[in-house]
Amino acid sequence: MSSAETATRRPSAGLALLGSELSVLFRRRRTWAMLAAVALIPILLAVALRLSSGTVEPGEGPPFLDRVTQNGLFVGFTAMVVAIPLFLPLTIGVVAGDTIAGEASLGTLRYLLVSPAGRIRLLLVKYAGAAAFCFVATLTLIVAGAVIGASLFPIGPVTLLSGDVISVPESAGRSVLVACYVSVSLLGLCAIGLFISTLTSVPVGAMAATVVVSVISQILGVLPQLSWLHPWLFTHYWLGFAGLLSQPLDASTFADNALLQGGYILVFGALAYGRFASKDILS
Amino acid sequence: MTPDAADGDLAIESRALTKVFGSQRAVDGIDLAVPRGSVFGFLGPNGTGKTTSIRMMLGLVRATSGDVRVLGEPMPDRLRDVLPRVGALVEGPAFYPFLSGEANLRRFDSADRHASPATRRARVASALERVGLSAAASKKAGAYSLGMKQRLGIANALLQPRELLVLDEPTNGLDPQGTREVRHLVRSFAAEGTTVFVSSHLLAEVEQICTHAAIMSAGALVAQGSLAELRGAGQSSVRVSTPDPGAAAAVLVRFGLTPALSEPASASAEVSALLPDRAATDTGGRIDIDDILPALVRAGVRVRGFVVEEPSLEDRFVALTGEGFDVVR
Ligand SMILES: Nc1ncnc2c1ncn2[C@@H]1O[C@H](COP(=O)(O)OP(=O)(O)OP(=O)(O)O)[C@@H](O)[C@H]1O
Ligand SMILES: [Mg+2]
Repeated sequence: MSSAETATRRPSAGLALLGSELSVLFRRRRTWAMLAAVALIPILLAVALRLSSGTVEPGEGPPFLDRVTQNGLFVGFTAMVVAIPLFLPLTIGVVAGDTIAGEASLGTLRYLLVSPAGRIRLLLVKYAGAAAFCFVATLTLIVAGAVIGASLFPIGPVTLLSGDVISVPESAGRSVLVACYVSVSLLGLCAIGLFISTLTSVPVGAMAATVVVSVISQILGVLPQLSWLHPWLFTHYWLGFAGLLSQPLDASTFADNALLQGGYILVFGALAYGRFASKDILS
Repeated sequence: MTPDAADGDLAIESRALTKVFGSQRAVDGIDLAVPRGSVFGFLGPNGTGKTTSIRMMLGLVRATSGDVRVLGEPMPDRLRDVLPRVGALVEGPAFYPFLSGEANLRRFDSADRHASPATRRARVASALERVGLSAAASKKAGAYSLGMKQRLGIANALLQPRELLVLDEPTNGLDPQGTREVRHLVRSFAAEGTTVFVSSHLLAEVEQICTHAAIMSAGALVAQGSLAELRGAGQSSVRVSTPDPGAAAAVLVRFGLTPALSEPASASAEVSALLPDRAATDTGGRIDIDDILPALVRAGVRVRGFVVEEPSLEDRFVALTGEGFDVVR
């Protein structure tokens, strides 16, 4: 009895909700389907290359494609470049757009808040869940790429863009770095998705809007007339991980990117808070 | 109209609580006073603002004006201290269809920082047991029937010992056994000292389980008090079943009553009349009810049934909220 009383008096840090959020997210069939689709990208790419007899000329197709046949370790990098513009933002849009709107449409939002989850805490937990998904998705892609690359193509020391050669274990480390870079790149989009998700109780709408935002940002990013705007677009550094594949490792874009994404997280986190903290929950 | 009670004795207390949606005053300045330890029925036709009021009490919706205190604390300012002591079912149950009933409850429980993770499994199991869902605990909530979902929703309110339970139409969709079970549960909460606030449009249900009630009509609170107080304000009536409705009506007229003839159900028709205010009769007034039946018999009326009906909550409800079936707005 006394232990129960102390438990009611002293609230826990509230990590249980985060654990619950992750378990719900990664127990959903939808999440698994998206991760499977992500893993399918390097697999399709590698199989297609293996089956096609012709050799790929340097500069033809996506970056690194010409190197894949000589070294399977490039499958992951190539697949990453292919997935970044649309496929990864699509999966992030689904997860981030669903955060609040999904709970609202199920009606579970009111029960979470009455529990009480606390509105700020719920936002933080929801954001953390979506961010975790970014990391899991990119790692899935890199790992699937490494596995399929190793099974279909020769594996050996990797010749970097700078011409330097790194060992197989070091190239694995670089692969994980690239996955982290891309995950961090997507954190700004996650925050935008979270904000959009607080605006509606129709999850599909929030998902679509998030994806559209990422597409628009990329379109703006290729218009030379808007070059002044480019460094402020959250998609600006999305493909800029070449520095991670040079010797010595150049982390400057990583830092710039992280700073930019941090800015987006702050701005859209604040907007989401402003919207959600006082919102009437009518669903 | 408001029962006299010191502030500390009220589980829910609102002052001029108002919610405006666009141009509609969904809740229009209600002054609720729910005594601690009561089973309080919150009555009203569809669309009169019951759920909206409940949402304001629970801090889901911000009042346009006025304020509400729950367990003595202002809402939504003290929400974090108040809500762990309140179990709620709002506007029907809601769940993650892809999780089992048990996993759903664990998720909601983990949202409450005051809930001990060590006892979670046991508390979830006992809540499921209490609503008779133990056997379906591991079934996906999406595969639950309407009544099973309703039970799961009630179980969610019971995850912790609560001081106040707010149940918005708890028997919606339940079978007769389920309805009885809920009535039984509500009584057992009351016996444990929990205040129960039940919204409903089922009068019979409220009459059976509540000690107090409030009646809403079109966003406004039109009556509240103990059940006896509410009924007392109504009129009792006398009803005669007879194959001789004309003669019976004539006798009632002699007593100064205004009889009404209802549709003949079978061979016998029914004649009924409102009795004068009970206050008048009790104080040795104009009519002795016991004289009516002998008078009918003397007049040769074949009496097949004779009932003096106490004022029912239903009469009071209809008198206050109107006969019409259509949603008022
Ligand atoms: N999100 C909303 N936007 C606009 N009006 C709303 C909204 N939610 C409720 N209302 C209106 O507020 C009024 C009260 O609704 P509420 O849900 O509180 O009724 P209720 O008494 O719970 O009815 P019921 O018995 O059918 O559950 C209704 O007229 C409804 O149309
Ligand atoms: Mg309602």
